[in-house]
Amino acid sequence: MNQWPDLKTLTANVQSGKATATELVQRSLKTIADKKSYQAIITTLDDAAQKKAAEIDKKLAAGKIKGRLVGVPFIAKDNFLVFGDETTAASNILKGFMAPYQATAINKLEAEGAICVAKANLDAFAHGASTENSDFMVTKNPFDENRVPGGSSGGSAAAVALEMAPFALGTDTGGSIRQPASFCGVVGYKPTYGLVSRSGVIAMASSTDVIGPLTNTVNDAALVLDIIAGIDQLDSTMIERDDTSYTELTSELKAARIGIVKEYMGQGVDPGVKDIINKAITACQARGANIKTVSLPSVTNALAVYYIICPAELSSNLSRYDGQRFGYSYPKATSLEESYIKSRSIGFGREAKRRIMIGTHVLSSGYYDAYYKKAQTVRTKLINEFNEIFKEVDYLLGPVAPTTAFKIGQNANDPLKMYLSDIMTVAANLTGIPAISVPAGMSHKLPVGLQLMAPQKHDRQLLSLALAFEGLLK
Amino acid sequence: MVYLLEMAKLTREDVLKLAYLARLEIDESEIDRYQSELNEILKYVEQLQDVPVDDLQPTNQVTGLVNVTREDTVIDYGYKPADLLKNVPAVVDNQIKVKRIL
Repeated sequence: MNQWPDLKTLTANVQSGKATATELVQRSLKTIADKKSYQAIITTLDDAAQKKAAEIDKKLAAGKIKGRLVGVPFIAKDNFLVFGDETTAASNILKGFMAPYQATAINKLEAEGAICVAKANLDAFAHGASTENSDFMVTKNPFDENRVPGGSSGGSAAAVALEMAPFALGTDTGGSIRQPASFCGVVGYKPTYGLVSRSGVIAMASSTDVIGPLTNTVNDAALVLDIIAGIDQLDSTMIERDDTSYTELTSELKAARIGIVKEYMGQGVDPGVKDIINKAITACQARGANIKTVSLPSVTNALAVYYIICPAELSSNLSRYDGQRFGYSYPKATSLEESYIKSRSIGFGREAKRRIMIGTHVLSSGYYDAYYKKAQTVRTKLINEFNEIFKEVDYLLGPVAPTTAFKIGQNANDPLKMYLSDIMTVAANLTGIPAISVPAGMSHKLPVGLQLMAPQKHDRQLLSLALAFEGLLK
Repeated sequence: MVYLLEMAKLTREDVLKLAYLARLEIDESEIDRYQSELNEILKYVEQLQDVPVDDLQPTNQVTGLVNVTREDTVIDYGYKPADLLKNVPAVVDNQIKVKRIL
């Protein structure tokens, strides 16, 4: 395979005339067409992308243009609004929905000269860990077509692994960037909660949703993060970004205090996965990292907390799909209520319905305290444990997922089993801390991701550590 | 442990009631399947009932932000109402048409 160069090189090539934006966009579109059978892409933006590329090339011919991603193609998960293009969240209820505005993250990338060439498949509304919940199709794993790419950003991860574009955007509510990155052997970055504007991204669980990049390298992830991070008036849940660029990384392992999360290395973790993680631990120890086994007892409850809070929030967020203002509308309704019920029942898939009903139940009077409030309180306990541990260590380390990519259909009929795929990723979402999946090796010809986590707002430090591991694991 | 008694399994009627509260309709042939799936998920999350939390407060959000405000001014992003109305199922005179509610 002829891999894409890193983003910095790509941009430099376009700016120096070694390559044109049109060539890069065409290469992207051609790869997407050639690898259509993987079902990673929902729509391509052929004409719009080629037009933007031609404009950039024209401007370049007249002189140098500024931007850190000039002429670089990228793919967005289909829950990002790209103005004028269809945005479906891989759901039937949004089929045909034409984005009336554009996500801030897309605007920021475009301002640097990047060009969105396609929208990637996902579990409908990002509900899932395999893309099998997409209302349209199942994406195939680039390493084994009989296996899932992970999810929910499975299309984005597969697209990068298949070299359809040099990077992609995803969203991570409970592990939806990191787990597919692990399954597809790419870098997946989940920033600190609130660092990247979510305006123009279809909401799932608002207290844990974040946006992040899927890339070939840690440096590429840092560059994309640096571009998309920063306060936006259209998202009122944001925190201040670092003044220093997220691309200014060191790759020093010496004296780094790293905690191995005991609960993530116990039973239920595939021996092949464990073996690769242990090798990474040994390798970083040899470079002078200070390794310590730590215990975070509440992470064993994190998944239960997540599967109360997440359905509660999404049942509220999905109440806007009522068939009146946008999305599927049942044409034969005779009353407003019938219109609501039929539009939602026909438009939503099984997993969305399951989650909406769970959310409705845990928020209902009589059950609210026992489920929702209790989950929020255990969430506090979890956060306190992480805060305490981060006094002793600077980073946490473990696998991203207990297994490598599983077979298509293997967990499809057992929602709970599918949820267990998120068991090692949800804690970072519930606590708001940054986390990354770095390719760590192969087990039985399938990629395994190493997960690294750091305290809130320590994104630059975390990327630095990831860069060190990347060098170590190559 | 008191909660466990209250958290009886969802019955068929409970499932239908929940569906209606969420304005969803479930096909007769699918009620059993939803009932068992929802009960399985609820059984899993009920592990939290045994977790001691003492006097901890619930967490609603992780940023610690309070009352985020901005100037109440119109920002022109260049988007047009027509773009928004393109997605509306029924439009009359630039307005969204819904079934009568009175």
